[in-house]
Amino acid sequence: MSAQTFSSPDIAVTPAPASQAVVTAASLTKRYGLRPVLRNVSFSLASGKTLALLGPNGAGKTTLLRLLATLAKPSAGEATICGFDVVADANVVRRLIGYVGHQPPVYDDLTGRENLLFFARMYGLPDGPARAQLLLERVGLRAKANDRVRTYSRGQAQRLALARGLLHHPALLLLDEPDTGLDDDAIELLHELLQERQMAGLTTIFTTHQLERGIQQSDETLVLLGGRVVFAGASSALTLADLRRLYGGQAGGTL
Amino acid sequence: MRVASSPPVTSAGSSPGGILSSGWFRPVRQYGEYVLGGATVIGMLVTIWAALIYSPREVNGDFQRIVYVHVPVAWVAFLAFFVVFCASILFLWRKDERWDRLAWASAEVGVIFTTLTLITGSLWGKAFWGAWWVWDARLTTTLILWFIYVAYLLLRSYTGRSPSGARAAAVLGIIGFIDVPIVYESVNWWNTLHPQQLVVEDQLPAQMLVALLIAVVTFTLLFAFLLIQLYKLYTLKAAAEELRARVESE
Amino acid sequence: MMASLQLFWQQTLAMLWKDIRCELRTRQVWGGMALFALLVLVVFNFAFDLRVNDKVAVAPGALWIAFVFASILGLGRTFAAELEHGSMDRLLICPVDRKAIYCAKLLGNMAFIGVVEIIAVPLFAAAYDLPVLTLGIIPIVLLGTLGIAAIGTLFSAIASNTRAREVLLPLLVFPLIIPVVIGAVRATQELVSPVGDGVPWLGLIIAFDVIFLSVSAVMFQYVVEE
Repeated sequence: MSAQTFSSPDIAVTPAPASQAVVTAASLTKRYGLRPVLRNVSFSLASGKTLALLGPNGAGKTTLLRLLATLAKPSAGEATICGFDVVADANVVRRLIGYVGHQPPVYDDLTGRENLLFFARMYGLPDGPARAQLLLERVGLRAKANDRVRTYSRGQAQRLALARGLLHHPALLLLDEPDTGLDDDAIELLHELLQERQMAGLTTIFTTHQLERGIQQSDETLVLLGGRVVFAGASSALTLADLRRLYGGQAGGTL
Repeated sequence: MRVASSPPVTSAGSSPGGILSSGWFRPVRQYGEYVLGGATVIGMLVTIWAALIYSPREVNGDFQRIVYVHVPVAWVAFLAFFVVFCASILFLWRKDERWDRLAWASAEVGVIFTTLTLITGSLWGKAFWGAWWVWDARLTTTLILWFIYVAYLLLRSYTGRSPSGARAAAVLGIIGFIDVPIVYESVNWWNTLHPQQLVVEDQLPAQMLVALLIAVVTFTLLFAFLLIQLYKLYTLKAAAEELRARVESE
Repeated sequence: MMASLQLFWQQTLAMLWKDIRCELRTRQVWGGMALFALLVLVVFNFAFDLRVNDKVAVAPGALWIAFVFASILGLGRTFAAELEHGSMDRLLICPVDRKAIYCAKLLGNMAFIGVVEIIAVPLFAAAYDLPVLTLGIIPIVLLGTLGIAAIGTLFSAIASNTRAREVLLPLLVFPLIIPVVIGAVRATQELVSPVGDGVPWLGLIIAFDVIFLSVSAVMFQYVVEE
C-alpha cells in the first residue's frame, strides 16, 4: 500500500526525521555465482551524515552501493533506506536515492536538458523544466544545456550526472568514485557542489581511491577488505597511517 | 578461523545430493538409481520381445513395428519439455537453482528424444506415405519444437552457468512450451488447403495396445534414469565450481 | 490506482519519446530496415518469378518474409542504445514498473517496423499489381507486427546479454512466431484473392498476441533485473 502512495506523482517524498537512521544494513551478503563479494556487512548511517566507503579494488565497495541502489539483490541479510526495504519496497527506495555509478547515468544522444527532462518524467515530477533549469545553472552547464552529451568533456558529463542524481531531491546520495578521471579543477567544482548539498542535510555515501580526501570529507568511514568490514567508525578517529595498516600489503588505493 | 568464517554456501540447496544425502533417505538415494537402471534394462528386453514377437504382424508389414519406438520416444520428448516448463516456472518463482539444473537436464534429454522422434517419424513416413517428410501438423510441430529447444540449449551454451543465463533460459522454457499448442493449431489450419493423406487410425488390436503400453512405460523409465544422471552431473559440476570458488576466495 | 496507472503511461511515453528522439538523431535503424525490406522483395521477385499467374499464392509470403527479416534487423537494435555503456542501470534505477519498460520498447519496435511497412506495402502493391491497398490490410499488418514485436522485444533483451546476439536472436524468435507468420500470410492471401477456407486467421493472430503480450510483459523483469 505504501508503495502505491509513493509511486503517485503528486506526493513528494519527505526525508526521514533527523534522528532516524537513513541507511541500515544488517548482515548483507552477496555472492556472484558462488564467489562471495560481500560478507556479513552491517552498518547504519544517520540523517545528514556523509560516509566514505574505502577499500582496495575488489573489496566490494561498488557491490555494496549497488545493493543499496536496488540494482542488485542481496544473497542474504537486509538493508533499508529510510525504513524501506531495498528488495521488498524497491520502487519506493528508488525514489529516495540518487545514484551516480561508474557508467554515465545519462543518454549520449540527448542534450543535457533533454536528459534531465526525460528523467523528471520518469519520476513523475510536475515541475521538471524548472528543476532542470535550476540544476543546469547550479552545475555550470547552462551554456552546454542544449548540446548533446556526446560532446561533453569528462568533467561536464560528471556534473550532469550529479545533476541527474539530485534531480528528484533524494534523501540519500550514492556516489561511486565520482572523481575518477577528472582533472583537478573539475574535482574542486564537484566537491564544492557536494559540500553544499551536505550542508543542506543530504545524506551521502561515496567511494574513492583518494584516501586522504575520503577521510577529510566524511563524518564516518567504512573500510572493506575482501568483502568484510574491517573498520567502521568516525572518520576523525582514523589516520592515514591506520588506513595503510588496514590495507596491509594489498594493492590498489592511492596512498 | 577460515573454516568457521567461510560463507554458508553448503546449504542443502547447493551441496551435491541436497536433502536426500542424509537420514533414512540414504538407501533410496544410493540404490534407487540402480533399481531404476535395472528396471529400464529389463523393460527394454520386454519391449523388444513385445514389439517383435508378441504383437501380431500388421497388414502393412513388419515396418509397422517402428511405432513401438516412435510413439514412446515422442511421448518422452513432450514429457521432457513439460518438465522443462514446470521446472522453469519453479525456478523463477522459488529462485532455487536446483530447478534450473533440472530444466537444463530435461531439455537436453528432450532434444535427443525429439531428434529420434523426427528420424523414426521420417522412416515411417517413407514406408507408408512414400515420402521422407510431409508437412503434417504433428510432424511440423515436432520439428518446430526441435528448433525451439535447440535454440534453448544454444542460449545456455552462450550464457554459461550465469544467473542471468539461467533466468533467460527459464523464460524461453516457459514461452516455448506455451507456443506448442498454438503452433500445432496453426499448422493444422494451414493444412486445410493442402489435404494430406489422412492416417485413418483403425481400432488397434489389443495385443498391439499392450505392446505399445509396455514400450511407453519403459521409455519413461529410461527418461527418468537419464534425467537423474544428467541432473547429478550438473550438481557435481556446480559443487566443483563452488569448491574452486572457495579455494580462490581464501 | 489511477495515479499509478497514469504514471505508468507517462513513463512509457517518456521512454518511447526518448528512443524515437535518439533514433531520429542517429538514424541507425530505420533507413537500413526499410531498404532491407525492399531488397528482400526484389530478391523474391527473381527467386519465385512473381509475374506469373501464381503470384497470388507466393506474393503474400514474400511480403511477410520481408517484414520478418526487416523486423529482426530492428529488433536486434532494441537495447543497443540502452546498453551503450554496458548495462541498463540508467533505466533500472528509476522507480518504474519493468512492464512499462517492456511496453515502451515494444511500442518503439512497432513504430520502427510500422514505418517500414508503410513504405513497403504500397510499393509491393504497385510492383506486383496486387490489390492489397485496402482497409483490410491494416488490421492484418498491425496485429501481425504486434505479435512479432511482442516476442521479438523480449528475446532481444535476452539475446543482447549474450556474445552472439546477431546469431541468437533469429534462432530464438523465428520458431516462436511461426503461428503469426502463417496467420498473417493466409489472411493477406484471403484479402488478395478470397478462397474462403473458413479459418479465422485474424483470430489466430489475436489469440497469439494476447497470450504472448501478457506472458512477455510479466517475464521481462526476470530478464533485465538481477
